[in-house]
Amino acid sequence: MAAYETQGFKIDDSGKRIVVDPICRIEGHLRIEVNLDQDNVIRNAVSSGVMWRGLEVILQGRDPRDAWAFTERICGVCTGVHALASVRCVEDALAIKIPDNANLIRNLMHGVLYVQDHLVHFYHLHALDWVDVVSALKADPKGTSELAQKISNWPLSSPGYYRELQARLKKFVESGQLGPFRNAYWGHPAYKLPPEANLMAVAHYLEALDFQKEIVKIQTIFGGKNPHPNWLVGGVPAPINLDDVGAVGAINLERLNMVGSIVAQTIEFIDQVYLPDLLAIASFYKDWGAIGGGLSSQNVLAYGDFPDRANDPSSLLIPRGAIINGNLKEVHDVDLGDPNQIQEFVTHSWYKYPDEKKGLHPFDGVTEANFVLGKNTKGTNTNIDNLDESAKYSFLKAPRWKGHAMEVGPLARWTVAYAKGIPEFKEPIDKTLRTLDVPLPALFSTLGRTAARGLECQWAAHKMKYFYDRLMTNVGNNKLDTANVEKWEPSSWPKEAKGIGFMEAPRGALAHWIKIKDTKIDLYQCVVPTTWNGSPRDPEGKIGAFEAALMNTKMAKPEWPLEILRTIHSFDPCLACATHVLSPEGEELVSVKVR
Amino acid sequence: MNPTFYEVMRQQGITRRSFLKFCSLTAASLGLGAEGAPAIAQAMQTKPRTPVLWLHGNECTCCSESFIRSSHPLTKDAVLTLISLDYDDTLMAAAGHQAEEILHDIVAKYKGQYLLAVEGNPPLGADGMYCFQGGKPFVEKLKWVAKDAKALIAWGSCASWGCVQAAKPNPTRTVPVHQVITDKPLIKVPGCPPIPEVMAAVVTYLVTFDKLPDLDRQGRPKAFYGQRIHDKCYRRPHFDAGQFVEKFDDESARKGYCLYKVGCKGPTTYNACSTVRWNEGTSFPIQSGHGCIGCSEEDFWDKGSFYNRLSDIKQFGVEENADRVGAAAAVVVGAAVLAHAAVSAIKRASSKSAPPQSKGGE
Repeated sequence: MAAYETQGFKIDDSGKRIVVDPICRIEGHLRIEVNLDQDNVIRNAVSSGVMWRGLEVILQGRDPRDAWAFTERICGVCTGVHALASVRCVEDALAIKIPDNANLIRNLMHGVLYVQDHLVHFYHLHALDWVDVVSALKADPKGTSELAQKISNWPLSSPGYYRELQARLKKFVESGQLGPFRNAYWGHPAYKLPPEANLMAVAHYLEALDFQKEIVKIQTIFGGKNPHPNWLVGGVPAPINLDDVGAVGAINLERLNMVGSIVAQTIEFIDQVYLPDLLAIASFYKDWGAIGGGLSSQNVLAYGDFPDRANDPSSLLIPRGAIINGNLKEVHDVDLGDPNQIQEFVTHSWYKYPDEKKGLHPFDGVTEANFVLGKNTKGTNTNIDNLDESAKYSFLKAPRWKGHAMEVGPLARWTVAYAKGIPEFKEPIDKTLRTLDVPLPALFSTLGRTAARGLECQWAAHKMKYFYDRLMTNVGNNKLDTANVEKWEPSSWPKEAKGIGFMEAPRGALAHWIKIKDTKIDLYQCVVPTTWNGSPRDPEGKIGAFEAALMNTKMAKPEWPLEILRTIHSFDPCLACATHVLSPEGEELVSVKVR
Repeated sequence: MNPTFYEVMRQQGITRRSFLKFCSLTAASLGLGAEGAPAIAQAMQTKPRTPVLWLHGNECTCCSESFIRSSHPLTKDAVLTLISLDYDDTLMAAAGHQAEEILHDIVAKYKGQYLLAVEGNPPLGADGMYCFQGGKPFVEKLKWVAKDAKALIAWGSCASWGCVQAAKPNPTRTVPVHQVITDKPLIKVPGCPPIPEVMAAVVTYLVTFDKLPDLDRQGRPKAFYGQRIHDKCYRRPHFDAGQFVEKFDDESARKGYCLYKVGCKGPTTYNACSTVRWNEGTSFPIQSGHGCIGCSEEDFWDKGSFYNRLSDIKQFGVEENADRVGAAAAVVVGAAVLAHAAVSAIKRASSKSAPPQSKGGE
């Protein structure tokens, strides 16, 4: 295969090939292959989604009011995002207006997910790329305590606290049974934190594991459980009753007080633990402000979310827009219904189109399974050593906006908001850059992606308080409605309808497209964040965001792929989301379940 | 120098006296008699933590997310002191070759001693390549790791029944774990996902008592799946009194009446939601105003709309043989529910028509 140039990257697959499969600490199954040159610099990167479930075809012919439950099961990590996109697309199709309280409760539940998911990502899926657990054993607990007290008022910071934790950690390591910390890259030269900072981070890894289960209780109060709370077309299922008989069977003041208390604790934890840790750790890894940028400095996309007013898309608190070729002076408008804007390609995906040079808008989505490997594949059909990226090589499709490969996610959202000059986004970015003493271009990097996620977590925690206060004002004024059931009965629906439900999942822009015919689902399509970011190549050979971000990264020890993990994890990949598609034409359709 | 179970219990603040008492109780419950206790104590003082290998097939990771929500024991305590979670691609620090190396090592070194927890399930379509890891079909990895496992835990409705990807028309030919692994003890812990504390309790039971909990005929722990949600639902008195929510957010909804008429599947769903509840007992679906969707039941996706009343038998598609049997069973259940509702209503009516009772208690 020839070397070629695309999007400013020189692709060259002539060097040594490295395979990382599985990529752990993500949702689902992802395979990365790269070619290194003589200096161990990545000159070709291949991202392959290696799982696939077929949820869209399963939805066909079902009740649109049930779709949220099916699509919610696309992903249990970012639980609820597909459910919310789903109820929104049905409401869009049937022109259902939801009550103000339903919008506030949905925003609250969505805020909960931003906070919990970003927190778990930082500490449990990403931190071990930056924090050397074994090095923490060498720390002086007194030094850790001084460091912790210097950067935060968080009360769990005494030398005794860290000493006890270190002793527990020591016993654990000496046991020889390292569990999830086994066989990792401890001692890798790319780990830069002093032992004292490592010990602090390990302590917060454990504290965050304890705390994240508190945050989600807000979803449990309004949705009955977490993961996978319950949603409702037309509003939210939880009724409110403040004064009347039977209030204990509904959302009452005891429940609302619990929500308020969790919101306050959440703000405290994010402000006093996550953000100070993020800045402290980032200050040792400023070089990663120049690594892993990929498409982020060129093309980013956000659909927008958190409607301030119910049913009013002009009131999105996270703004919508697209930036092309790094021109922050112009934010392009995005229309999800325009057949020429969002299109999916399958030239390099394990699907079949009638004409594979062309892309298809989701409303025209055709998908046919086609698991074939290219002639340069090494290995066999069921034992693959190396994929052949000149042919089909992923279960992810390749979505493009006006033909451009785009990056989505927290950094994309904050870049769009920054470009629009919205103070609540622009000021925290400028402040963070000043604190770390790095220029604006450092934002478009592996480090920038991780930092934007932290800032967004903080934004969401404080916004939860805002939505909560508004909900309390409403109920105080006896505005109790949480659901609009005027169009609940399918007999009230038009014979045919179509709608789009969009949102910003923690991992990026997400939308569902639905066509309803004779009260049943006729077509259902989802284009999800990791399909954008993990996209394979398109007919023009343009690479996706994962692949672009890995390009030109130097690996210190290629057999220990820490650098690859850092950049891929900075996107927080979610493969179950990305690879759910299959059409009625799929060859594996069977009418009888194997039992 | 692995810490033994005894050391772990001591670290957790359990006294030696309590430890020995625990050993004799365990010996008694296992029918080993008094002489069994020292043997157990001996074993527990020298035995390393049980290795747990947690594999992920096609799934959504909601089971892992649920597991990390456990409040008793806390997940960090379970992972640091109860088990040795040696492989779990969602949480483990290693990746690629370094991750796969661990699997090989545990399978070889702890032959017949490790637990295999499976989240998700194997698709059989496209020669198993609808889910592949390390370049090979997941189903192969599952069979290989299962071969020398002591026992299997099938987490959630995916591993237990097939769940959403196996809903009709099951495009990837996905099957539950027990159809692929047939020669090992297997515990089903269904639910989408299962309740966090129930997951933790199953793990605790296995490593503490070193045996399988009592299972029902379907392979589920009787303790948590022995009764229907309806049996212990706090809204049950409203069902019995014939007080139902007719539409979401109506006056009856705000009073917390029974959700049966808006589709609640509590009467046919075996799970512990109405008793253990969710997220440290915070709530459960019915308490938050939505009917149970029956997520721990086999094929719950294919039993009609979540908002259809259970009595509506048109919801059960009569298509293939296996389904016909299922549908027939469901009709019986549906009829039973109807009869149940009728009896409750008759009881209510007759008590109304009975002579006025003393109001002393009101």
